Formats: sequence, C-alpha cells, structure tokens
Amino acid sequence: MRNAQLNSTDSKHRRKERIDRGIKARSSDIFALSSWREMLYLAAPRCIPIVGCLMLPLVLGIYWQKVLLSVAVFALLAISWDILEQSGMISLGQALFFGMGAYTAGVFNHYFGWPPFLTIPFASILGGLISTVILLPVLRLRGIYFSMVTLIIPLMLVRIVEATRIFGGTEGLSGITPLPSKWLELYLIVGALLGALFGFRRMMGSDYGLVLKAIRDNDRSVMNAGINVYWFKAQALFIASAIGAFAGAFMTHVYMFVGMPVFALDYSILPIAAAVVGGPGTLAGATLGAFILVPLSEILRGIGGLRIVIYGLFLVVFIVALPEGIFHYIQRKYHQFERWVEV
Amino acid sequence: MFIGTVLYAVVNSVILALLAIGFNLTFGISGVANFAYGALYIMSAYLSWMLLNLLELPFLLAAVISILITTLCGALMYRFVLLRVRGQALSEVIATFGIGLAILELFRYLGFVGFEYTLPVLIDHSFVIFGAYIDMQRILIVIVGAVLVIFLWLFTHHTSIGLAFRGIAQDERTALSLGINSDRIATLSVSFGAGLAAIAATIIIPLGSISPSEGYDVLIKALAVCIIGGLGSTGGVIVASFVIGFAERFTDSYISSHWTMIVSLAAILIVLTIKPSGLFGKQKELEERI
Repeated sequence: MRNAQLNSTDSKHRRKERIDRGIKARSSDIFALSSWREMLYLAAPRCIPIVGCLMLPLVLGIYWQKVLLSVAVFALLAISWDILEQSGMISLGQALFFGMGAYTAGVFNHYFGWPPFLTIPFASILGGLISTVILLPVLRLRGIYFSMVTLIIPLMLVRIVEATRIFGGTEGLSGITPLPSKWLELYLIVGALLGALFGFRRMMGSDYGLVLKAIRDNDRSVMNAGINVYWFKAQALFIASAIGAFAGAFMTHVYMFVGMPVFALDYSILPIAAAVVGGPGTLAGATLGAFILVPLSEILRGIGGLRIVIYGLFLVVFIVALPEGIFHYIQRKYHQFERWVEV
Repeated sequence: MFIGTVLYAVVNSVILALLAIGFNLTFGISGVANFAYGALYIMSAYLSWMLLNLLELPFLLAAVISILITTLCGALMYRFVLLRVRGQALSEVIATFGIGLAILELFRYLGFVGFEYTLPVLIDHSFVIFGAYIDMQRILIVIVGAVLVIFLWLFTHHTSIGLAFRGIAQDERTALSLGINSDRIATLSVSFGAGLAAIAATIIIPLGSISPSEGYDVLIKALAVCIIGGLGSTGGVIVASFVIGFAERFTDSYISSHWTMIVSLAAILIVLTIKPSGLFGKQKELEERI
C-alpha cells in the first residue's frame, strides 16, 4: 500500500503522510487494554457486522429479506473467490461451484428424496469434490490460463446439460423440498456467511493461510521449502468450491428448482465484482462488496439489462481508479490519520 | 456425405482459426488476455450493420470503416484502461472482461437482437464440389483465412514493426534496451487483435446473424483454440483449430449436433492433463507451468 502520495501541483512540493493512530498502536501491539474506548476500537469493527447481520432479518420486509438471502449467497461466492485469489488462482467461473452444489442437492432431493438438512452439507462436500476434480488438470497452470479454463467450463456444462438432457435437461428439476421455515432459511445463510467470513479470515491468518498466500506470491520458493504446492492448491480449491457449492445447494432449496440458469454468467461475475469493489484479499472486503452491489442491483432492477452494463463499468472503474477496494480504504482511514507535509 | 463433412470441417476449422488469431496475436505479443475480444467482434459487426442500413453506405466501405473503428477502439482501450494496470494479470483480465460485458450488454439492452441483424454475403453463389453443396462465402472464408495467416507471417518476419512485435514477445526488457517502445507496441498489438476480430466478423457474420450472446461464444471459442494450441503460438492455433474444427464437424454429422461443444471441452481437459502448456506452447512453458 502506498504510504505517501506526491502532489506536484503547487510550486512547493507536498506529500501526504500517513501515521497510525495512537489508539491503534496502543490496542494492537500491547495487550493491556486500559480503557473502554480501546476495547471498543478493537471490538466495534467485528461486532457491528455480526449484530447487524443478525438483526437485519428482523427489521426487513419480506421483499428485502429475499434480497438479504441473495446478498448472503453472493457474499459466500465472493468469499470463495477471494480465498482462491489469495492462493494465486483467479477464477472467472464461480458458477461452476455454485452449479455443482445446486445440481447435487437437486438430484439427491429429487431422485432419492433426501431431506434438505442432509442434501445441503452433502452437496457442499460432493459438489466441492466434483469441481475440484474437474479443475485438477488446470491446477498446474497459473495466472491467466487458470482463469480462462474456469470461465469456459460452466458455460460448456450448460451445453452438456442441454445436449445430454440429464437431470431434467432444459426443463431442470422442479418440486425440490423447501426448507421448513423462512426464519431457518434466513438465519442458516446469515450464520453460514458470518461463520465463513470470520472462520476463513482466521484460517488465512494462520500458518496454513500463510502457505497459501506464499504460493500466490512466489510458488517456486514455496516448493523450495519442501511443500507440495499442488496439494495445497487442491485443498484451497476444495475449500473454495465447497463454499460455492453450499451456496448453490442452499439456493436450490430456496427456489425449489434447479436448472441450467445455475451455471449462468451472473454467478461468476457478480462475486468477482463484489470482491473487486469491496477490496480483494481480506474476505471482509468481498462481503462488503456483496452488501453494496446486490441491493444496488435490486434498486436498479427497473432499468433491466442496463444493470449488467453498469456492473461492467463498475469493474473497470474500480480496477483502474481504486484497485485497493472500499474495504482497504475504510480500514486505512480507521487505523491511520493523514496530513500534508512539505518535502 | 464424407467429402461434404470434410469440406465443411475445413471451413469450420478456418472459422475457428480466424476467431482465435486476433486473441492469440494480442496475448502472444503483449501478454494481455483481451477478454473484450468477443465484444469487439460483435461491435464491429453492429457497426458495419449500422453503416450499411442506417447510412446506406456500400458494404465494402462500411466493412472497412468498421474495421478501422474497431482497431482504434482497441488502441483506446489499451491507452486509457490497460496501460494503468499493465503487468497485473488479474486486473487486466477483469478490466477487459468488464469492458466486454458492458459493450455486449449495452447492445442487448438497446434491442439489437433478431434475424434482421446480419451482414450480406460478398458474392451470392454456390458450387457443387464432389457432390457437396458449398457456397461462395464459405470458400471466401477459407481464402481470407489463408491470406491473413500468410500476411501475418510475412508481417511479423519481414517488417520492422513486426520484428518489434516479436522482440517484445520474446523479452520485453531487452527489447526496451534496443529502443523499442514497449507501450507503443503493446497498444498496436491490442489494436491489431481488435482489427483481426473485426475482419473475422465481416467475413464470418454473413453465415449467421449478429447477437450479443454470439460475443460470449466467440470469446469461448477463441479461448478454447488458444488453450489447446498453446497461447502465443500461431502454429499451435492453426493446428488446434483444425483439431477442434474436424472433431466438431464429425461429431455433428455422425453423432449429434448437441455434442459439438462437449468435444471441445473434452479436448481442452485432455490436452491440459497431458500437456499443460498446450500442444505448441513452448515459448513460455517454464513460466506458466509451475
């Protein structure tokens, strides 16, 4: 992150200096918290989203509760994207994970009559495994190659479902058992989101996460350390795809339908847009992005297809103008203050 | 039946090669994976259509103007967006993908969908060769494809810009030290890629109609061919497009038309499992494979 910005418009050169706030220095390094203010400083950024997410279903109307469902689903997909991104795999095909989970849950419910509380965990794991196996040959590639293949696979799977007419073909499978109650639905997905957000944030901060991040930064030096890079990448891929598959399986039971739309481009693009807008590399940024973009798209529903145009432009603008994302920006403002100093 | 299938397979392969060659040129030279490629293809087709039907220009003139505009758009895209994120693969992919998405969905939103959106064939005539019907446009596609490949080969081997292209592709820093402006060459490579997409659109669109979803298909086909052939390798692209082209047409004739897409997916996965850098992707084998 840049610490100083040169400003050469005046005759006198100035630069922006960023210094950690005193409260940050006191509360992050020294673990003797001496005031409520310091404790609040540490706890607020963690508690506000938790309390907020748990309260939201109670205060929202029926329509916005549905929106909250899709916010949480897209946030999960964005978290899954972010985990892959932090391990050096840039996926353009989150729809693959989503669709695999959705179809697995749908098939086991429709053909074998499994109840939702069995299909959802089962589909998360099996869907995750299938996606991982499909992408295993690609794991040896990195960078753009991986992205290209992930973009292609879900779009081709749509054609395969269409061609072979398996699992209902173009009609899809309908009449899937819904979850028993609306409140269970809401709190299941919100709980899953919070669990995934904080759990995987912790995971990425642990030694295990450090290995994954190191693979992104310099895979050859990780290999040099005697670590099997492919095995770790496969694990990261499984974790990410299981999250995506969970979201898919959940949505199958909410819509009571599974069909070709689960492989649609929306499920690949919106999570990326959310992660890019929110700020990649923190998981919290991805969640924040989903909480901004999905309601925004609901508000913009009136303009129809123009929504996707706006998404596209959003992506470009954020990548070029604010590549760090909103979350990093807020984080910086929270921890540091800025002032102009003369050079 | 068999000869007809072979003929159409050749045409299909040349179409695939035409679709992929621009993407491959851009990627091979500047390392930019232009995910707006399909959108530029469709955009040039719509431009020709608008010039032809709204301004009532003759077709050839309209085609030339739209090819030039698309080429310019490629250069502008590099200059104003890609230059700022150069070298960061993720940002390049997302930025170009965003641009492509915006262009395609804008056309969809404006209602440019339907069978009336198509371009005329250059010469309306058809032949019977060995008992198989084939129309002039398809023969023209093969001719244009062959001419373009030869032209590109001559261009990259015998002109100073072409040699600079290859210099940047081989080693950007060494090329810089020899006085080749890498940003200028990269701008040219993106705009040439866009121009090739426009040429492909002019010649291929008359076989079908223009639609935004075609843009995604074109991108997928170009990616599939390039991945199988090995990115950045022109020979690989040609071989791969013949492999996929023949495989698709033969499954189409002898199995079922629904299976054509599955053949290319299977081909991608098999090739990547056996040879991760593609059939001919030797140039960057060490870097891209871990």
